[in-house]
Amino acid sequence: MIDKRVATLADAVAGIRDGATVLVGGFGNSGVPVELVHALLEQGASGLTVVTNNAGSGETDIAALIREHRVRKIICSYPRSAGSVWFEKFWRAGDIELALVPQGTLSERMRAAGAGLGGFFTPTGADSLLAEGKEVRMIGGRRHVFEEPLPADVALIKAYRADRWGNLVYRTAARNFGPTMATAARLTVVQVDEFVELGELDPECVVTPGIFVDRVVEVAT
Amino acid sequence: MIRPLSPTELARRVAQDIPDGSYVNLGIGLPTLVADVVGPDKEIVYHSENGILGMGPAPAPGREDPELINAGKQPVTLLPGGSFFHHTDAFVMMRGGHLDVSVLGAFQVSAEGDLANWATDDAAMPPAVGGAMDLAVGARRVLVMTTHTTRDGRPKILSRCTYPLTAAGVVDRIFTDLAVLDVTPGGLVVREVVSGLGRDDLRSVTGAELSFPDDVVELHPTGPDPSGPPG
Repeated sequence: MIDKRVATLADAVAGIRDGATVLVGGFGNSGVPVELVHALLEQGASGLTVVTNNAGSGETDIAALIREHRVRKIICSYPRSAGSVWFEKFWRAGDIELALVPQGTLSERMRAAGAGLGGFFTPTGADSLLAEGKEVRMIGGRRHVFEEPLPADVALIKAYRADRWGNLVYRTAARNFGPTMATAARLTVVQVDEFVELGELDPECVVTPGIFVDRVVEVAT
Repeated sequence: MIRPLSPTELARRVAQDIPDGSYVNLGIGLPTLVADVVGPDKEIVYHSENGILGMGPAPAPGREDPELINAGKQPVTLLPGGSFFHHTDAFVMMRGGHLDVSVLGAFQVSAEGDLANWATDDAAMPPAVGGAMDLAVGARRVLVMTTHTTRDGRPKILSRCTYPLTAAGVVDRIFTDLAVLDVTPGGLVVREVVSGLGRDDLRSVTGAELSFPDDVVELHPTGPDPSGPPG
């Protein structure tokens, strides 16, 4: 029998190791798996490489991980946002490494990892500082830069509903990086608003099929 | 008396260049004003890179959904016919050339259509790029909407950008509060200029060569008017 549901947030993040590469879903405050990130903080893993669009704001989720010295490196597209004080403080002090990646390239690098591809050429950033040191090739008369896949040990994402097979649907724009990140990590952990019975999700509308999901935890909202 | 266009007037002028039925991405800042001034005679589908097509205006106070936000992280709504999709698909639409128009702000634009809108030379600020580079290379038509000069009067339109590039050779048309300019293989061509601003005046606030064809028209607050300036 397949049952990917776990009882507690602690079970959901059990076994994540020091030095792990962790994908964290969300765009701004939309779709951030806040409770899973707090569970990871509690769990204690450190020296993490966190891959996420923004570097957190205020005192919660990714900002809290940074504040508590758990993040060695952050790979993201837009670390500087309203309230990103902990990231900026650590960055200025040289206490966190930043790899800046254009947003679409960030997403596509994870997609490539999830799809088992060895990378791709994109015109995005080909004439910019972010292409420095990378292979550039003319394709169709246009300069393209080679980007490598971005695989991870763990993905922490937020969805709306899941069944015990781990099939997922999302809510509005909270979907953002979730479906892509779910494919790119060896361990995909999902928090959902509610569990439903097998067969309750319309198969035509399942967004992330359960094959990409390893653990699901229900978080009351 | 020379009066630059107000941001709303500039938005109205940009809106005239967006055909009915277009799929459009509006950059953060000044470009977002365009959605407020597009008339009801046009059906425009707005794209947001976090995964929305058919994005509607801000919700009424108290009706905000914290998950339903635009690329600028502001609460928005979804119009009938709209859809949600994941981030990778949002950028497939962008990078894959499926968007008709992208309207972007600029720190600097060059005569060759190079765009600099993601980083300045301020080393004290951590770098951040977001979707700027994907938007600049992806849309079929890239429009820049900007003030003609910086707050302290320095030209933003230059023969070469001095700030780090977002993308090279991508800009099709530049709309400023003083003029409308096309990027052409022969350099910048002035199409419209605000009333009372002479060629030398415009040249004095522009850091690149400009050519003025015979059919330059007045840049009206409501757009070009073939019948001439309002009496």
